[in-house]
Amino acid sequence: MHLNDFWFVLIAVLWTGYFFLEGFDFGIGILTRTLARDTTERRVLINTIGPVWDGNEVWLLTAGGATFAAFPDWYATLFSGFYLPLLAILVCLIVRGVAFEYRAKRTGERWQRNWELAIFWTSLIPAFLWGVAFANIVHGVDIDRDKNYVGGFWDLLNPYAILGGLVTLALFTFHGAVFAALKTVGDIRERARAQALGLGLATAVLAVVFLVWTQSHSGNGWSLAALVVAVLALVASLAANKVAREGWAFVFSGLTVVAAVAVLFLALFPDVMPSTLDPAYSLTVTNSASSPYTLKVMTVVAAVFTPIVLLYQSWTYWVFRKRIGVQHIPAAPRPADH
Amino acid sequence: MELAVAHETIARWQFGITTVYHFLFVPLTISLSAIVAGLQTAWVRTGKEKYFHATKFWGKLFLINIAMGVVTGIVQEFQFGMNWSDYSRFVGDVFGAPLAMEALIAFFFESTFIGLWIFGWDRLPKKIHCACIWLVAIGTVLSGYFILAANSWMQHPVGYRIDPATGKAQLTDIGRVLFQNTTLVQVFHTLTAAFLTGAAFMVGIASYHLWRAERGKEGDGRKTAAMRTSLRVALVIAVLGGLGTAVSGDTLAKVMFEQQPMKMASAEALWDTQAPAPFSIFAVGDVSQGHNSVELEIPGILSFLAHSDFSTAVPGINDTAAAEAARYGGQPDDYIPNIFVTYWGFRLMIGFGMTSFVAALIGLWTTRRRFWLAPEHRTGEDEAPKLMLTRNRELGPLLTKWSWRIGILTMGFPLIANSFGWIFTEMGRQPWVVFGLMRTADAVSPNVSVGTQIGALTTFTLLYAVLAVIEVKLLVKYAKAGPVTSEEPPTKDPTLRGPSPDEDADQPLAFAY
Ligand code: HDD
Ligand code: HEM
Ligand code: HEM
Repeated sequence: MHLNDFWFVLIAVLWTGYFFLEGFDFGIGILTRTLARDTTERRVLINTIGPVWDGNEVWLLTAGGATFAAFPDWYATLFSGFYLPLLAILVCLIVRGVAFEYRAKRTGERWQRNWELAIFWTSLIPAFLWGVAFANIVHGVDIDRDKNYVGGFWDLLNPYAILGGLVTLALFTFHGAVFAALKTVGDIRERARAQALGLGLATAVLAVVFLVWTQSHSGNGWSLAALVVAVLALVASLAANKVAREGWAFVFSGLTVVAAVAVLFLALFPDVMPSTLDPAYSLTVTNSASSPYTLKVMTVVAAVFTPIVLLYQSWTYWVFRKRIGVQHIPAAPRPADH
Repeated sequence: MELAVAHETIARWQFGITTVYHFLFVPLTISLSAIVAGLQTAWVRTGKEKYFHATKFWGKLFLINIAMGVVTGIVQEFQFGMNWSDYSRFVGDVFGAPLAMEALIAFFFESTFIGLWIFGWDRLPKKIHCACIWLVAIGTVLSGYFILAANSWMQHPVGYRIDPATGKAQLTDIGRVLFQNTTLVQVFHTLTAAFLTGAAFMVGIASYHLWRAERGKEGDGRKTAAMRTSLRVALVIAVLGGLGTAVSGDTLAKVMFEQQPMKMASAEALWDTQAPAPFSIFAVGDVSQGHNSVELEIPGILSFLAHSDFSTAVPGINDTAAAEAARYGGQPDDYIPNIFVTYWGFRLMIGFGMTSFVAALIGLWTTRRRFWLAPEHRTGEDEAPKLMLTRNRELGPLLTKWSWRIGILTMGFPLIANSFGWIFTEMGRQPWVVFGLMRTADAVSPNVSVGTQIGALTTFTLLYAVLAVIEVKLLVKYAKAGPVTSEEPPTKDPTLRGPSPDEDADQPLAFAY
């Protein structure tokens, strides 16, 4: 395989990892309003991702950094072109990170309620906007001969992109509900499973329309295969959820995310950002890539460090494998803690 | 043309504001993670309670701080693409590599092990838990290293060629980018400055508590014991960090005299080449007008800073600007950075930072070890130390009061010094974004409208201002509360396999959000 193609795959893997992991983080954030009934239950949900959300978010930073190093033009066109949606995502990620860390640092009711609201909205908005962004990437946008995006902000909110946003929103919330069922005990676990069922069905409807649309617009044989896998995995996840096999339900909801992202990247290849003005202006894995030397250097670095990262991140999940429930949530901090 | 100027100006303001803001948290993160790791190691090895309380206390402040460092870092990662797309296209081949390595090698490391440390108190065996915070500390240093390698390449591009077909920079030697002298010295200077910063922060807070203890306002001897140890540790680190900062700063200056003579000439507002060149302590009048009306100078020192001897000629602004104009085209004026900012930035960096260093040096003497003092002046482990001038002579009440006050007051000085150091470094490089290769004006995103940019600048500035208020309030609250001495060190050491299911099944988590 050519190094350019290899890096395309690697970047697809990084985005997949990001959506797999932060997908359920976002889902948990959204469920704090739809699933949790009181503050203690909200804390149960938040603490299921407490030790890991920060590490999950680094998948995004790495995807960004790797794109910069391997496909500078892709990085430049994408982030300058999708400026405002990205700005909104950044603001959300900032507030969200602070909200997790600071929510319990004061006991005031208003303080805690505000941060809880923040967690909900700052999970929901990026979950939607990432779908919008990726739908636009795959569909193609107005890119001129200098590789600059020349469309407006509203062009990014076309029906196809909005549908894409709804799909990621539904899919991540579903994935989050399955994760919640896997990581909690007691009443909340049962309700998580029940919600997962509804969310899964909604996801199925939206995702099938969106993926078939994608397939007919820019698909090929490979993306069709991935589409079939995505649909089957979603069905399998729902079935496992129904019979309370939560581990399997999570494996398959994860596989749904992986396969859905694969559809997008397979439909995209060998472009990285198609132009709707003139196919000759499209950014491809060849015309937007770094030099062979840089790709070689980065390949060595990635080959050494990616397995190490996977190893210690998996270990973290193992350390915090225990389910938690309302009984594990410490009472409001002792007075001495303030 | 006017539009291009507005583009550049707004993008620069945004980069300046967001990066300086990010860098308020970074030095504290780098130093506090290592210091907390040291304190926790002391606890694990000795079992002494004061180390446990100190670990918990500084660890809490460290976490409040790193939360902000992490989230503001995310903006940095994407800002190059958003506002500086032509820059990203031009340098991506070279500059992207250290950035990607930083994410893959350092950020994953840092963020994963910080999660394990925060939530791991009752999940991990003591020693492994302690190792986690060490790994975080290593991660922060690595992340500083890679980003500084990227920045050094902008200051002094090496290991690249310009691709004749595309006109873009192309990496030819990654080793030189990662290990050139600019990188090594910059890393050394930034790390030592980071330790001075974190140590001064600790000195200030510990002084606050100890001074209260001395006035009988703290009833809890265990609190005082933890703070007393913290103060001594911090004073030692501040002195070592300060020395290291000065030595590395001097080396960095020599490197810069060679690589960016204009930056150093403007740091001194040295308009005409002089031999020997004096060091200007301060100047009155408009330093940017080409003449300084009143000046206080030390003869020969600038020559020494640049070349290690007291007489060599140091090129002035006018000669350097003429040389650069001859080399790169245009007018000499195009190559002169904002002299007011560079001149005063350089002085404020040294002034603010070194004040804390001197304060720490004095503090180290006045709080020296008990057996150097006459027995009647010694205080117990759980009492505030008496500030001693000589073996038998205590500082008078007024001096004692002011000593503690200065200890508290200088805690933020190195933070200010850091900001001015960076403002000097980055603005002294103007008009270049990559020295000698690309001008800042050519680096901005051509397709982002000024309105959009203003919107983003306003959003970040407002958001950061609000978060600053929240974070400072939290820090003050927790810093004033001091160590929570009712918190007992854990009595048993968890095993990796975890407690047996029946034993601890319903035990509340040791830490929860
Ligand atoms: C506590 C903070 C602090 C203190 C006390 C000092 N510095 Fe510094 N300095 C920094 C914090 C800093 C910094 C913020 O960390 C910078 C910005 C870029 C860098 O590498 O470090 C910096 C940059 C910087 C530069 C520009 C480097 C460049 O352009 O790449 C020079 C020449 C010096 N310093 C020299 C000194 C000297 C001679 C000092 C005398 C004692 C000194 N610094 C004290
Ligand atoms: C964390 C410490 C840093 C601080 C506080 C800082 C500060 C600044 C400031 C104040 C500016 C605006 C300059 C101006 O207005 O003329 C600037 C510009 C810039 N800096 Fe830095 N910087 C830091 C580190 C870095 C690093 C590590 C990089 C690269 C990875 C970098 C890349 C840039 C770029 C691309 C610009 C815009 C172009 C320019 O105006 O020169 N900076 N920085
Ligand atoms: C001298 C300049 C800089 C140094 C030494 C530095 C160092 C650090 C350190 C130690 C952290 C860890 C947490 C904390 O900050 O509290 C961090 C976070 C971060 N920094 Fe910076 N930084 C610098 C400037 C920048 C710049 C210019 C970028 C842009 C690429 C950047 C990107 C990030 C990101 C994305 C994070 C978040 C990582 C996470 O989630 O763990 N930093 N940086």
